[in-house]
Amino acid sequence: MASNSIAPGGTYLSHKNAPVLPPPKQKDAWWERLRRSFFGTPLSAFLTLLSSGLILWLTPDLLRFVLFDAVWNAPDGEACRVPGAGACWAFVWHKLPYFIFGSYPEHERWRVVVTLVLGALLLAWLLWPQKMGKHPDKPFAAALLFLVYPLVALVLLLGAPIFGLPMVDTDLWGGIFLSLVVAGVGIVVSMPLGIILALGRRSSLPVIALASTSFIEFVRGVPMITVLFMANFMLPLFLPETVHIDRLSRPLVGVALFASAYMAEVVRGGLQAVPKGQYEGSAALGFTTWQSLRLVILPQAIVHVIPGIVNTFIGLFKDTTLVAIVGIFDFLRTVETARLDPVWAGPTISATGYLFAALFYGTICFGMSRYSIGIERRLAERKKGRVA
Amino acid sequence: MSSTNVHGAKSPNSQMPNSQNWDQELAVSIRGLNKWYGAFQVLRDINLDVGVSEKIILCGPSGSGKSTLIRCVNRLETFQAGTLTVDGIALTDDLKRIEEVRREVGMVFQHFNLFPHLTILENCTLAPIQVRKLSKGRATEIAMHFLERVRIPEQAHKYPGQLSGGQQQRVAIARALCMNPKIMLFDEPTSALDPEMVQEVLDIMVQLAREGMTMLCVTHEMGFARQIADRIVFMDSGEILEIAPPREFFTNPRHPRTKMFLGQIL
Ligand SMILES: Nc1ncnc2c1ncn2[C@@H]1O[C@H](COP(=O)(O)OP(=O)(O)OP(=O)(O)O)[C@@H](O)[C@H]1O
Ligand SMILES: [Mg+2]
Repeated sequence: MASNSIAPGGTYLSHKNAPVLPPPKQKDAWWERLRRSFFGTPLSAFLTLLSSGLILWLTPDLLRFVLFDAVWNAPDGEACRVPGAGACWAFVWHKLPYFIFGSYPEHERWRVVVTLVLGALLLAWLLWPQKMGKHPDKPFAAALLFLVYPLVALVLLLGAPIFGLPMVDTDLWGGIFLSLVVAGVGIVVSMPLGIILALGRRSSLPVIALASTSFIEFVRGVPMITVLFMANFMLPLFLPETVHIDRLSRPLVGVALFASAYMAEVVRGGLQAVPKGQYEGSAALGFTTWQSLRLVILPQAIVHVIPGIVNTFIGLFKDTTLVAIVGIFDFLRTVETARLDPVWAGPTISATGYLFAALFYGTICFGMSRYSIGIERRLAERKKGRVA
Repeated sequence: MSSTNVHGAKSPNSQMPNSQNWDQELAVSIRGLNKWYGAFQVLRDINLDVGVSEKIILCGPSGSGKSTLIRCVNRLETFQAGTLTVDGIALTDDLKRIEEVRREVGMVFQHFNLFPHLTILENCTLAPIQVRKLSKGRATEIAMHFLERVRIPEQAHKYPGQLSGGQQQRVAIARALCMNPKIMLFDEPTSALDPEMVQEVLDIMVQLAREGMTMLCVTHEMGFARQIADRIVFMDSGEILEIAPPREFFTNPRHPRTKMFLGQIL
């Protein structure tokens, strides 16, 4: 009989299909699952208690400083100097224009606003998640952002008397807007230059490979501050005396070169992740080397390393604070300067200023990180074949 | 042993069945081809002429150099000695010539090598648009025509990752055909496929063969070989040991190693 058929040596032939059943009910209640994740093992229970203790101990003080005892509205530092006062947000509020624009002339600040809004719109257009398989306007957005926008921004910010925009010396630039300029130049230059360096490093022409490799290794082997000092003091030595390069563009060159070297290594990792079959598949169709790189290899390589690219951008964005040491008034430097203002000076001013700076950098970097995670998830879905 | 090509590989034309009259035109002409990887010689004095619309099946044990030989034809591999002429163009280091040859020679790989970031349709139109400079509309028209011929027009807007292996390989064939090639190279097109998908790919290839495409195909599908081959080329350790029409090859193999090989696989 059927019961014997599964015995060793038995034969079997199915006569009816096994019934299709729903999966057994998950019998754990949510609190049961919660208990397991927080108190599952003695070590886990200990860590849960320890961290809850830390949170309970720190949170009240932090909340008191940041919210309950904070001074929200005040004409000057008087109210903030009262003993027991918390964060002096009034100070941040009053200094906000300075934090954003530095010493950029007040009646010209609309130019900065226009530049920033324009950049934000283009960036949103480029980064906006799009239905898979529909990407006709992304290359266009990229071209605008990487080629046209920098020129427009330059004209707007620096000025062009022909268009009725008075010149604004870069010595007056500062604040958040300057930090964004430094980061923006770094990103806009490092992306293409990084790709070129990465391709150069893999080139079959020894001269090109050697030049790219030495550049990358040299820049990566030197602290950013050194690169900034070198750009600041050595760049003028290499250029003819008649060419005056202004105080801002020197560190910009330094930041861009520094970021490019890191970007090159990230992109190289992506290039290595593209299977050999992709090169062969495109070569067999008659593509030139350049066509196959542009249309087949690079799009895949870059997508592979989006997390690495975003990581580099985050690092670059935070590193822009280093330009202060060659005399550039980036955002952190304006905070530094503002907290010394005698009108506001007080025991909580520095803490407030730096907290604000931390919030600013933290928010932006967190945003970049979330964006990259979102992209990764979409790409993982696509790999699995689900249309995102 | 290595009595070079006693079986007449040196003068392949004499091997052609008399019943068929090839155009004297040659699609591929390989003369005295030698290739080394470092000190290791992969290809040894290969001589083979392929007539226009002739179908050649390459077979032989693993590592015998079949892939290497077929990849020399569109210069995915370089060689150190000998000459290789494809569609009248002698392959040299000249990049322009190589690209010219690759435009006329389609290739289908064991692992498909579709572009995963592009849809099926884009996979098929990319080269015609970029290399042949066709308009997007014309390229799409051609692509849809060939996707219909490989019987998957309804998958045009999916991505390669969403298709089965057999479907992907059929797309790969369509992609190559969209370039309107004169010669098609196949390197074990069915050996990465699950058994139930092999036939759907072979069917397409049989159809292609019937339409008169010049084909060089590495495969272990002996039934298919018998069906379409004009000549079967047997290789072992980098040498061509025997070239014969399928009936002779299967019923009356002459080289002892051919006999051994057939004994193992049939
Ligand atoms: N890049 C390489 N470097 C060194 N040796 C190689 C390289 N590629 C292939 N070979 C060697 O060349 C020989 C022929 O390889 P080839 O891939 O042409 O064989 P094949 O006949 O296609 O075998 P298979 O049936 O396994 O695909 C093999 O011995 C292989 O190990
Ligand atoms: Mg092979």
